[in-house]
Parts: sequence; C-alpha cells; structure tokens
Amino acid sequence: MSDVKIPPGRVTPWHQTNWDWRAAGNFIGGGSGTGLLFFATLAAGSADAYRIMALVALAFIGGGLTCVWLEIGKPFRAINVFFHPHTSWMTREGMVAVPVFLCGLAAAWFGGGIFVGMAALLGIVFLYCQGRILQASKGIPAWREPKIVPLILSTGFVEGAGLAAVLSAVLPGEGPRWIAGVLLGALILRRIAWTMYFKAVEQSGLPKKAMDVLRPFGAKFEMLGQLAPEILIVAGIFYGAVLPGLTLVAGLVAAASGWWLKYTIVARAAYNQGYALPVLPVRGQGEVKPGIKPGWTK
Amino acid sequence: MARYIMTVDLRRCIGCQTCTAACRHANATPPGVQWRKVLDIESGEFPDVRRSFVPVGCMHCANPPCMHVCPSTATYQRADGLVGIDYDLCIGCGYCAVACPYQARYIVHKREFAYGERPTEQEEARFDPKRMSAANKCTFCSDRVDYAKEHGLTPGVDPEVTPACVNSCIAGVLAFGDREDPNSNVSQLLAENQFFRMHEELGTDPGMYYIFDSK
Repeated sequence: MSDVKIPPGRVTPWHQTNWDWRAAGNFIGGGSGTGLLFFATLAAGSADAYRIMALVALAFIGGGLTCVWLEIGKPFRAINVFFHPHTSWMTREGMVAVPVFLCGLAAAWFGGGIFVGMAALLGIVFLYCQGRILQASKGIPAWREPKIVPLILSTGFVEGAGLAAVLSAVLPGEGPRWIAGVLLGALILRRIAWTMYFKAVEQSGLPKKAMDVLRPFGAKFEMLGQLAPEILIVAGIFYGAVLPGLTLVAGLVAAASGWWLKYTIVARAAYNQGYALPVLPVRGQGEVKPGIKPGWTK
Repeated sequence: MARYIMTVDLRRCIGCQTCTAACRHANATPPGVQWRKVLDIESGEFPDVRRSFVPVGCMHCANPPCMHVCPSTATYQRADGLVGIDYDLCIGCGYCAVACPYQARYIVHKREFAYGERPTEQEEARFDPKRMSAANKCTFCSDRVDYAKEHGLTPGVDPEVTPACVNSCIAGVLAFGDREDPNSNVSQLLAENQFFRMHEELGTDPGMYYIFDSK
C-alpha cells in the first residue's frame, strides 16, 4: 500500500490508495488459477498433463494470495483473516483457499479421482468469492456494480480455458481439439458479461475519471481481448489443420486479456465515491438550491 | 438503547476548521490524517454561486459496510451505534477503506511528523504504535461516551463527555446526542429542521445528519 497523501478537503472522487497492483494480482492469480483448475479436468490429455496443469493452477492461486499477503499492513497477523465468515467475503475466500489447495494437491498427487472434481468445484467457489469481494466494496463505484460478479466469473473461465488450451498444446498427451470450442464459449460468455457490466455502470453513473479509464479500455478490449481470439478460433475451426496452433495463440491472448481487464478495473478504475450534497443549504442568499455531485458522469 | 449521532447545521458552518484542529489534538492523528475535516465546496456559475462548508468523517453508519467486509472482526459496532476498530486485531488489509463510501478511513505505514524529520515532544508522547499499518478513523470520541456512562453524564450536553469537534465548534454547527431519546438536543434539532444524510441511497444508514433549512 502506498502512503500517497490525499489533499484535505477534496470533494471529487480520487483514486483510492489502499489497493494497488498487488490486489489486482490476487484477482488475476485467483481467476486464472481456479479457471485452469476447472478446465484442466477437460483439457488434460494424460494424468501427467493434468498434474502439471493442476500445479500451475495452484501456483497462480498461491501467487495471487502472496500478492495480498505482501499488501496487508500486518502480514504476521494474516491468520486473523479467518475470523469473520459471517459477512466478510475476504474471510470466505481465505477459508475456501485451504480446501482448494488440499484437494488440488491431492488431485495432482493421484492424477485423477474424486479430488479432481472437488478441486475444480471449490475453485469456482473461490472465484465467486473474489467477485463478491469487489461487489462488497461500496466505496468504489466501479467495483460495487453487481454485474461485476458474472464478469469476474466469466473472465476467470476465459483465463482458465485459455491457459488450459495453451498447456494442453505443449504438454505430453494430445488434448482434445474441442477445447477451442470451450474457449470460444467462455469468450462469448465474457463478452456478454462485459457488455452487461459496462451498460450498468453507464446507466448508474460512475466517477468521470473511472469512466475515462473504462471507456477507452472497453473499445480496445473488445477488439484485442475479445474479437481477436474469437476470430482466431473460428478461423481454426474452418481450417482444421491450423486449429491447434491458432487455439494456442487464442488461449494466450484470451488469458492475457483477462489479466488486462482485471488490472484495469482493480488498479486503474478504482476511483472512490467522493462527496455529494443532495441539496445546497440555505445560506446568505436565503433559499435552498439543487444539490451537486461533483466529478460524476450523472 | 442509545443511538449516538451527530448533526451538522450547514447554514452555520464557516469552514474555520477548528473542529479539524480540535480532533487532531484530541486524537493525536499524524499529518495527512483528518478524522474530522471540512470540505469547502464552490458551486454554481457567476453571478449565482454558492460556497458550502461541509464537515465530514466517519458517519458511524447503522449498517456499516466497513464492518461487514472486515475479515478480522477488528471493525465492530457497539450497542450505542458507535463503530470502532480493535487495533490489535486489524491486519491492515485496507478492505474497510475501499468499502467505506465516505473516505473516512486511513492507514498509515510510516511515521511522519508535523515539523521535519523528528517528532515534537507532543508527537513523541502521544504516539500509539498500535495504529501503525492498521486502519484508523473517527471514534466519535468513544472514550468520552464511555466516561459518561460511568459518571452519569450526558454526551452532547456535558462538555467533558462530548466529542472534541463538537466542543470546539465556534458557530454551533455540530451537535451530538442520542437519536433514540426524543428529548435529546439532536432529536430536537431534527424535529425542527430539514436534513439529509450523505450517500443515503447506498443503504448505509449513516449517523451524521446535515441540516440545510428549517421546517
């Protein structure tokens, strides 16, 4: 966390200084890791390939959690994160992380069996917790929009499917060719989720500076992060001989675009609420005036 | 059960920041940390312009998002409505700070001093290491409210058990008291005047009431 000073008396929303790239790292690692843990069950061409995918997935999740650990002010009290499961999605994320790792390691050890499915499903729960962590952040308008939850879920699926496609292409054992179709499906889901999210924040209003980040990002993201991998996969489906190669590239682009999306929302569009007055008080001029909400799109 | 709130008469505030200074003195907050601050808002276009002074800080919400998200239970809500922080439990994750729509929370990681590299005598004497890297915010001077209970005094009426900002206000802008008591000073003020609460649409049920006109 940075010690950036907030100018006293500032009224318009300003960029929060409590969560930085390390927080984004947790959402990136958690989304990619849990997504990969889920899609490894489909994409792995052999038990050994699954083992490697599962370990890579756990490394992503662990890396993300390490980012958070590096960010908190009292890292040696980190155990206290488990104290509030009643309402805190951060506690719930931490509590789910434990069985995710246990089941993931067991699945990697055995290379199959019930732990594979358990790890995949628990990973989805972990991912859901991450979406709810953002939604519960009422002080950050770009995060608290409820449609951020399907967006976080769908981009986790895209990242996972993308990484699974990449790894299945390079690991021993031939992965299924239809992983390309799964990735395309995940991309379509994320396109819908992004469109719904962006429309919702446009309608409800955002701090202007947050919108100044999201609007140009959205235009680029839809081209490079969505359309490009979709075209690659469709081209691969039409020209079957090049499908594996194009799927690999599409997988890389899809995963990277998910990281870009989360970095943008978590680290760049995180402008706070600012202050607003529903009405202006009676002062010297003697009458109440309409209120103000400085620095907002609406 | 009491529900302590603060009323802010926006018609009276002149933006002198005495409440800010009093709060910093009472709570020994470091540079850059203002548990009570006064916004200076200019609005309108010449010649129809307005200048509003708006004291802000922790709203001690009845439905505090900071408490709900806190993973360590460091943020808690007392029976009398005051929202507090247990510095021994806080892990400094900052989740409460991003959950608060009033920008009322601070986390300080490095000691800083008002004048140069070394602390003043006052800063050294009142330094609280527990607050370092933990979340902190306005307490509505909860220690004074506790003292009131022990000594049969009334917060908002007896100065020694009233928040420092309220005591210091030179224009009678700030008042503190029990919203549940219909005879309290704040209940009377709210009965006689029109008021709003900031960002009420977010469902936080904030405990700072801004008076803008008489009824």
